Amino acid sequence: MSDATDTSQDAVPGHLAGHITSRVGHNSGDLIEGETGPWEVIIGLEVHAQVVSESKLFSGASTEFGGEPNSHVSLVDAAMPGMLPVLNIEAVRQAVRTGLGLEAAINLRSVFDRKNYFYPDLPQGYQISQFSDPIVGEGRVTVDLEDRESFEVGIVRIHLEQDAGKSVHDRLPDRTYIDLNRSGVALMEIVSKPDIRSGAEAAAYLAKLRSILRYLGTCDGNMQEGSMRADVNVSVRRPGDKLGTRCEIKNVNSIRFVRQAVDYEARRQIEILEEGGAIDQETRLFDADRGETRSMRSKEEAHDYRYFPDPDLLPVELDQAFVDEIKASLPELPDAKAARFAAEFGLGEYDAGLLVAERETAEFYEAVVDADGAGRDPKTAANWITGDFFRRLNADDLEIADSPVSAEQLGGLIDLIADGTISGKIAKDVFDEMFDNGKDAGDIVEQKGLKQISDSGEIAAIVDQIIADNPDQADEYRSGNTKVAGWFTGQVMKATQGKANPQMVNQLLQEKLGG
Amino acid sequence: MAALTDLTIAEAGAGLASGEFTARELTDAYLSAMEGARDLNAYIAETPEQARSMADASDARRAKGAAAGPLDGIPLAIKDLFCTEGVLSSAGSHILEGFAPPYESTVTQQLWDAGAVMLGKVNMDEFAMGSANVTSHYGPTLNPWKAASGDAAGRDLVPGGSSGGSASAVAARIAAGATGTDTGGSIRQPGAFCGIVGMKPTYGRCSRWGIIAFASSLDQAGPLTHTVQDAALMLGAMAGFDPKDSTSVDLPVPDYTAAMTGDIRGLRVGVPAEYRMDGTPAEIETLWQTGIDRLRDAGAEIVDISLPHTKYALPAYYIVAPAEASSNLARYDGVRYGLRVEGENLIDTYERTRAEGFGDEVQRRVMIGTYVLSAGYYDAYYLKAQRVRTRIADDFRAAWDSCDVILTPTTPSAAFAIGEKMDDPIAMYLNDIFTVPASMAGLPAISVPAGLSGDGLPLGLHLIAPAFGEETLFRAAGVLEDADGFDARP
Repeated sequence: MSDATDTSQDAVPGHLAGHITSRVGHNSGDLIEGETGPWEVIIGLEVHAQVVSESKLFSGASTEFGGEPNSHVSLVDAAMPGMLPVLNIEAVRQAVRTGLGLEAAINLRSVFDRKNYFYPDLPQGYQISQFSDPIVGEGRVTVDLEDRESFEVGIVRIHLEQDAGKSVHDRLPDRTYIDLNRSGVALMEIVSKPDIRSGAEAAAYLAKLRSILRYLGTCDGNMQEGSMRADVNVSVRRPGDKLGTRCEIKNVNSIRFVRQAVDYEARRQIEILEEGGAIDQETRLFDADRGETRSMRSKEEAHDYRYFPDPDLLPVELDQAFVDEIKASLPELPDAKAARFAAEFGLGEYDAGLLVAERETAEFYEAVVDADGAGRDPKTAANWITGDFFRRLNADDLEIADSPVSAEQLGGLIDLIADGTISGKIAKDVFDEMFDNGKDAGDIVEQKGLKQISDSGEIAAIVDQIIADNPDQADEYRSGNTKVAGWFTGQVMKATQGKANPQMVNQLLQEKLGG
Repeated sequence: MAALTDLTIAEAGAGLASGEFTARELTDAYLSAMEGARDLNAYIAETPEQARSMADASDARRAKGAAAGPLDGIPLAIKDLFCTEGVLSSAGSHILEGFAPPYESTVTQQLWDAGAVMLGKVNMDEFAMGSANVTSHYGPTLNPWKAASGDAAGRDLVPGGSSGGSASAVAARIAAGATGTDTGGSIRQPGAFCGIVGMKPTYGRCSRWGIIAFASSLDQAGPLTHTVQDAALMLGAMAGFDPKDSTSVDLPVPDYTAAMTGDIRGLRVGVPAEYRMDGTPAEIETLWQTGIDRLRDAGAEIVDISLPHTKYALPAYYIVAPAEASSNLARYDGVRYGLRVEGENLIDTYERTRAEGFGDEVQRRVMIGTYVLSAGYYDAYYLKAQRVRTRIADDFRAAWDSCDVILTPTTPSAAFAIGEKMDDPIAMYLNDIFTVPASMAGLPAISVPAGLSGDGLPLGLHLIAPAFGEETLFRAAGVLEDADGFDARP
């Protein structure tokens, strides 16, 4: 595993490492009941997010994922003698954009430092990072949880740094290969305050952060490809006590694993403390297969990184106009969008949250509601998207961008329900067929003759026939057991292959059975 | 007609332009002189084939009337710190032995674009760390000068360092000019020791791209030549903005030779009180006074100035430069290029590679640099040294209110014998006592040969100008050179 993003000792300056939490009180539901009483878990995350940019932080080499090993490597990335870094202004722009998206202070002057350590996948022998003067200062993220009030996580800082290359140990037993494709790729390290109190909260924070970065277009959030990974700092204490000794779990690469790692680590620490032991400050790894954390190295083994300002690079001096220009170009972010959906479309908080979590989903939703000024019912559209549409995307393991049903097509289906052409029940079958072969709803209804029967004469004839064929059930109804009406409805639907207009069926049944 | 190798760059350029001789003839003259002077150990890689083909290309350009300028066809020696495509670029170190990069440094590329001819790569102190050219993996370079009397008489002398091969080659007339690099005096001190001109431009004037780094905030390329005019000609081709070096400065490159008007009437020449140090030999003091008198006689106004933090410059330099070097040299780990000594495991491989690949002086500075950047020592050493550096720069800024250039000696002594000061790093470091302050402030400075010591060895005088004041520097240096009338030969 790469060591380049190692933050165990002091990637965050000492005076920030023990940053006082800004979170007041705690949610009693989050306390862990031990053998000897309740414990509070204190969590802070350092998230490494790969910056979306064409080229690396200090070289012109491509940042594309998945190239042949060592195919995206410039002379600078390989640290050839005499090579010099040149800052990619696009990465700076993205970091500023991210800072603004997290409501953070932008530092108009920031400095790149060298973090010195030896590792084969770190060609320079140092990582260029930002230590005492990061590009972004304090900000915040509002985190939503399904069943309770949202809470805020403070952001301490965001700094830019280089990624390291990759050591490949598993090709030959006695050899290690180095792939420098990632070497020099721009990362943002986003450091939170220790404002998080449970594994579920940590997962929700990471999910929200990921959502915001994807809205901003500053990180693709692809955790499988390593575009986003988290170092998770965990400590436990008695409610109200001072902070306990923390352990840092490195490089956790999925939202689910963050939750598991925190839950495991909190239990482990509580067990040790309750048995009268003490927590060793150390760096740990999360073993996803076993669902547990393991010691990687102790504080004593920590590196002395010998940070100092990189003399090859000038301090980054931004002017306010540069920042303002980026600010003016920010998209509507998930919180604002959810609030607007609630106000404009009358959606509940939960539905709105589901629809805005991914920018693509929100855009899809708005297209369904408003395509061609159609003005479709927003709640119906929301139900379709969060219901059948999500169900099929999940079942087929598809991203929204790859959906065989476009927003216009889904809108067309909703229109057919609204104007009574098909029933809601038939619509579900039509939708599945649309998803399977990409056809328009209208064509499917036409070809399969699924059009709803709304001719009262036609339905009345069928109703009469069924009542005539089933005198016993009709009598039962008339003797007061009106529940049997449902059975009659079913029979009518069966006779019409579900195409009869259900409202008309019910109305006619009532009239004719009651008459 | 004098030998072709006796000509200055300007004279050779005129001869080429008038058709008196060809670039090929000039190059062949140098190549044959090089063969006869191999005992100096100035060159560590001669490139005769490349030299002849570059000379032929120059002659072909000239025949078409398309000569590139005053350097077209001029044979130069290149310090081994510059990366030259396909040619050994080892920084004088075992760890880069045999390294031939697939790229060309910006400065050398600009020289080739100007038509210059590469004779080969010249020796230097390992990674430019040294003041005597005795730390090279390729052995010491000799100074072509010999002492007529005194302790050093009859012994081989050092050429100074770290650009010792460059200075020795030019003084011995086995290159018309040479590139050097100066971090704390590495061009100016060997220039003085070898009786030639050595010029360090303002930090940021020449691109550092493709120059193997020693101390990034101090390293700067510059020329070593017979005359001030030659230095001006060479710098004109070497200087310029390079987007590949973030610390290079985007300013136009003026015609430096045009600035050499020979007129310094009214020029204010500062003489800093703090450079009169205890223990400075009388002949150095005398030479300095002679320089002051000559500039005054030429119409300059002599001003007493104060640079109060001068005495802290050398100690601060020996914190800042090793700190940067310790980090810059971390890339020589045996993983990707250069020497690798296999060990038991990764750490062992690192240790063996670096122990065998780096010489004593490099190891000493890497250790000093690592120490001063360590947790707990950073504030007391590195940070404090950077504060001193700011004060030194402030001293100069204040001085420019009352003077236009500053005159000092270049070195506290003439060249010494090989083997001296070897067991005493501090004595060796003191060679740079007069040159380091300008380096710390990033200012342009030049050493001009000014006379001979009592033992018959060359001594230099040193002029410092404000940042990007190269034109004033060349103007004053040209007048000093004329007044000195230095025509002694090794």
